Amino acid sequence: MHPLLEMRGITKTFPGVRALDNVNLTVREGEIHALVGENGAGKSTLMKVLSGVYPHGTYEGEILLDGAPVAFRSIRDSEARGIIIIHQELALVPLLSIAENIFLGNECARGGVISWRETWARTEALLAKVGLDEAPQTPVDRLGVGKQQLVEIAKALSKRVRLLILDEPTAALSEADSEKLLDLLLELRAQGVTSIIISHKLNEVRRVADRVTVLRDGATVATHDARAETLTEDMIVRDMVGRPMENRYPPREERRAGEVLMEVRNWRVAHPEHAERIVVRDVSLRLRAGEVVGIAGLMGAGRTELAMSLFGESWGRKLAGEALIEGRPADISRVDRAIAAGLAYVTEDRKELGLVLEEPITFNVTLANLAGVSRRGVLSRREEARVAERYREAMAIRTPGVHQKVVNLSGGNQQKVVLSKWLFADPRVLILDEPTRGIDVGAKYEIYTIINRLAAEGRGILMISSEMPELLGMCDRIYVMCEGAIVGELSADEASQERIMSLIVKHRRQAA
Amino acid sequence: MTSETATGAGAAAGGAVRAYLTGHLREYGLLIALVAIMVFFQILTDGTLLRPVNITNLFLQNSYIIIMALGMLIVIVGGNIDLSVGSVLGFVGALAAVMIVNWQMPVWMTVIACLLTGIVIGAAQGYWVAYWGIPSFIVTLAGMLVFRGASLWLLEGQSIGPFPMEFQRLSTGFVPDLLPWLGEALAALAGVRRVHGLTMALAALASAAILWLGLRARARDRAYGMELEPAAFFALRNAIVIGAILFLSWKLATFRGLPNVLVTMAVLTLIYAFITERTTLGRRIYALGGNRKAAALSGIPTERLTFLTFVNMGFLAALAGLIYAARLNVATPKAGFALELDVIAAVFIGGASMSGGVGRVVGAVVGAFIMGVMNNGMSIMGIGIDYQQMIKGLVLLAAVVFDVYNKRKQA
Repeated sequence: MHPLLEMRGITKTFPGVRALDNVNLTVREGEIHALVGENGAGKSTLMKVLSGVYPHGTYEGEILLDGAPVAFRSIRDSEARGIIIIHQELALVPLLSIAENIFLGNECARGGVISWRETWARTEALLAKVGLDEAPQTPVDRLGVGKQQLVEIAKALSKRVRLLILDEPTAALSEADSEKLLDLLLELRAQGVTSIIISHKLNEVRRVADRVTVLRDGATVATHDARAETLTEDMIVRDMVGRPMENRYPPREERRAGEVLMEVRNWRVAHPEHAERIVVRDVSLRLRAGEVVGIAGLMGAGRTELAMSLFGESWGRKLAGEALIEGRPADISRVDRAIAAGLAYVTEDRKELGLVLEEPITFNVTLANLAGVSRRGVLSRREEARVAERYREAMAIRTPGVHQKVVNLSGGNQQKVVLSKWLFADPRVLILDEPTRGIDVGAKYEIYTIINRLAAEGRGILMISSEMPELLGMCDRIYVMCEGAIVGELSADEASQERIMSLIVKHRRQAA
Repeated sequence: MTSETATGAGAAAGGAVRAYLTGHLREYGLLIALVAIMVFFQILTDGTLLRPVNITNLFLQNSYIIIMALGMLIVIVGGNIDLSVGSVLGFVGALAAVMIVNWQMPVWMTVIACLLTGIVIGAAQGYWVAYWGIPSFIVTLAGMLVFRGASLWLLEGQSIGPFPMEFQRLSTGFVPDLLPWLGEALAALAGVRRVHGLTMALAALASAAILWLGLRARARDRAYGMELEPAAFFALRNAIVIGAILFLSWKLATFRGLPNVLVTMAVLTLIYAFITERTTLGRRIYALGGNRKAAALSGIPTERLTFLTFVNMGFLAALAGLIYAARLNVATPKAGFALELDVIAAVFIGGASMSGGVGRVVGAVVGAFIMGVMNNGMSIMGIGIDYQQMIKGLVLLAAVVFDVYNKRKQA
């Protein structure tokens, strides 16, 4: 197999930073090539060089396509040669239909007049190819993330793609949707489409990739044959972090649960716009002091909705249910009341819902507890800086200073700022929603350590995660949620991926 | 003159200073721009701009814009906009005229009623924006039409005036000299006919306070390892500010002293600067504009806060309406027409961002003065209103382009 793409000696510098340092990447015709590395290792930068986002001339090194050098000046140039990127943040227009999105900028038109018949026919063919059973006229915002991802791929196929680049395609997908997507990639490979997949999930890399290239600190560390029996995930992780990782989850000193901190009884919530849709069905759960309790489930199981409705009824309309904190009924009907009752909620989407990005660390850390840094409504800058400094040390937030804007921090450090914000509010119960999403391996370990420390301090942790190994590695107990209801509860000893999945499957079968 | 010194100092110093300068170009740029514009018009108007009588005029003419800019800054920082303030100003002026002139009501009662009316108007508009989520652009566009029409209806298309002296003093009155001995001493010393003692005493006090607060903040920044303004910049900036205060005060003192509105304006500016920068209330407004969802999930009552920003705007627009009517000594159906645009322009020239969460009170006030000096200077030069509007439009565009350019360069 001759190489489809060769990137030789790519060096890209930004003022003060060398983002890529002599990177080499060879992708063979017809293979699935995985690109892995920690956040900030240079994966996205490399793909931007490849696709012409950083035009030819702004980097050193050369790019060869089919053995001939190319000089892309824009994304248009690279797309014309069949190189198509699907970004982590999907680039679909929510209010347009699937068909309109697929042919956006590339309409089936004659003299500016769109032929809808042709558009829809071609869309149907493309949707069949990616296995999406939806009408071409369906607006994209009615589709879940998994299906939107498929629309993106259909869009790429419409442009006669030769090299498909997927940037963390499964980050926002449930296990089942991820499986589907990975199967699709294998199918496309069979049809001759070459792809590069950027991923943090090494099990997926092992499942689909033919070869894997590891980047670290802007340099190529190694390219492995991903099909080799001798290659282990630990070897890849070692390449990524530059040191061996014996354990992906920190050990807990001792697991000793105290008295019940929070109890939820028959919590029932309807969708905010469609009153007839019950999204959380009579959920009851208990959380003890010092416990880390997981909530497992697929995308759309209602986990985030449950968490947000518990936290000051921030989502949906609560129909029934009561919450007790330390044995007494608690008023958690507004966010400020929930905070006063001792609750904290670390959101799934830290950029959209957790941080004021253009403001410094000091601003963000104190936001949920301004009373703690003020007297009679007047802020003390001194106190604020002291608090931020304290959490910078306790959480090991890597930053030049606490007056740095959080937009300049890496994902892991941003997450530590969000955690600091909530710890400064001193909650008894923390609800963590996907606390390690989009964070690299090393920072994940740090977050886990912090979670364990918080539990050891006697707080209760309710942890939502779509990564089952993470729940299995961290939790004392796991509730399994499906279609808005809790369908099972497993202790740490009982729990396994198989048992969780079988609870979900069983529930679905009964429902059907 | 001063702007050359500033850039010269920046170029001469090392890389750290240059880095600091690029990071804070906006703040210095604004101050330098104001000074440069003043120097420019001072020369072009053959010294008329900085005559005592014109300086007094400058404050009187711009007081209502600055007062409204304080409220507008907060509305814009909160992520909204208020297009109705010009109409509200006109409506409140009309209401005052009807109450005082037609109904013979006492001035104090009218003032209170008018301010309450402003608060109610702000609440009525804020309600739809905050609790119904209707875009403020639309709600206040409606308000702009409604209150323009309402003032026409109140005045029945006529102009009503004049006002009694007591009401006019809101705007055109001067603070009595409580320190005549100081004035006499200074007059003798400088060899001029008379000097308003209180004005110079307050100017000296303000200068000392600015210097002291600046030094204290600097010490605090140093203690907490914040990025430090280079000493030369600190000195130069304060020299310009204090120099300007003393210079302008002297001019005022040798004329008629402190206009009442200047005092109102200065006190309000201080209060609002304090609220926005030093209180939890202010902090919450910045969080609201910076990321509304994150603020709500941090326990900040975003709806009530949005509502309050409009209530406050209504109050300030009403106050400005009273001052405006008192200054013109008549209420007309066209009063305040298109004034909202001057106010909004001042806030954006002052560095606020359309998307919310960014902007400072000091910036808005300096922005308003930049607009004011340009208006005044061009009027003195006899430039037609046609050119004036074109020039003001281009200055607004230039200021925002400068902002965006700066931001891109940093990114």
